[in-house]
Amino acid sequence: MNNATPALKEWPLWEVFVRSKQGLEHKHCGSLHASDARHALQMARDVYTRRQEGVSIWVVPSTAITASEPDSKDSFFDPAADKVYRHPTFYEIPDKVGHM
Amino acid sequence: MYTQSFSVADSEAKPGLKSVAPPPGAEEAALQTHFDAVIDADGKIEPRDWMPEAYRKTLVRQISQHAHSEIVGMLPEGNWISRAPSLKRKAILIAKVQDEGGHGLYLYSAAETLGTSRDQMLDALHAGRAKYSSIFNYPTLNWADVGVIGWLVDGAAIMNQIPLCRCSYGPYARAMIRVCKEESFHQRQGYEALLVMMQGTAEQKAMVQDAVNRYWWKCLAMFGPPDADSPNSVQGMRWGIKRISNDDLRQKFIDATVPQAEVLGVTLPDPDLKWNEARGHYDYGAIDWDEFWATVNGHGPMNKERLATRVKAHEQGAWVREAALAHAAKQQQRQQKEAA
Repeated sequence: MNNATPALKEWPLWEVFVRSKQGLEHKHCGSLHASDARHALQMARDVYTRRQEGVSIWVVPSTAITASEPDSKDSFFDPAADKVYRHPTFYEIPDKVGHM
Repeated sequence: MYTQSFSVADSEAKPGLKSVAPPPGAEEAALQTHFDAVIDADGKIEPRDWMPEAYRKTLVRQISQHAHSEIVGMLPEGNWISRAPSLKRKAILIAKVQDEGGHGLYLYSAAETLGTSRDQMLDALHAGRAKYSSIFNYPTLNWADVGVIGWLVDGAAIMNQIPLCRCSYGPYARAMIRVCKEESFHQRQGYEALLVMMQGTAEQKAMVQDAVNRYWWKCLAMFGPPDADSPNSVQGMRWGIKRISNDDLRQKFIDATVPQAEVLGVTLPDPDLKWNEARGHYDYGAIDWDEFWATVNGHGPMNKERLATRVKAHEQGAWVREAALAHAAKQQQRQQKEAA
């Protein structure tokens, strides 16, 4: 069907995570194609941090990520929905106790 | 930089778009109801969520056209890197063109989350099936054109792209937020380059005016056909992909640009352009849509050359892509040998 595609394989896909500054977590910012991990890091620097947006980069092969199923959103996360006692506002504390 | 705000049909349906077989009637209806509720609540759709096939196809077409526009958009300005009038302007132009390449990459990645591959999109572009913004099918004749592209073309792009930051499809919206943050530099550097030229010789001033004259109407057409002739817009609005109509965006652009032209000291080539007190907007003359459509359909002055340049660059880069893969495979083998 797609006979225009050359024999050449696409470079593998990588997910890119950037730490914007020391003390903050790495955050997913996008993806890119690169031939290997080192190449992916260099590409990530050029594509996602042209204006000092980061001090550290992680690259992860996209195939290495296991994700929860969006279809099972309700059943998968449901056990947490009825456990309101996990939240501090569930408990009534007399006003005179002050901030707790 | 941005494609025309509407998404024109590509020449042929995209091959190989991975589509999941639709679930049986009742189940699909429930999924559709859920999807509609998310859209109505101004929520976001993420890559692995169920979505109607038409929504997916529209997004693939629009995002890939947008990505192609960024990549092809590097060509008219890239021609001027080696001819920039100073080292400062050269460094600025390199940075801008690199940004356009980056924008293309953000957008290709966003489109890939919909189940189309990078190679499929590039094939469609290189085979001439996919569209990209027609504005790049006009030549950049002198240095003032580079300034005008920054000021007017990127200015129109910003008008178009800001509402897309609120698009219902998460990856597209996130890519647009990133793009918009960078786009302001593009417009300001172009306007400033023109301001400098306007302080120069009579000949330099005339170059600026000439470039504005050639690009003004093309920029107005970038917003797409009038609302009345833009049937796809309604569906795009319904899906939260499009937020503001073509005509409204065009009006915003004109209203914002007229005062900028006055400060710059150029005129805009439209005898009908005048402030309408009652409307609170500028009135403007008729756009030549025949010329626009001719260019969209491949008959603009630079369509063939742009595509040929793009294909040549891709073909001449093939050995680099192959070598990088071969190197990665060799490194992997070496590591495995050392570990053994």
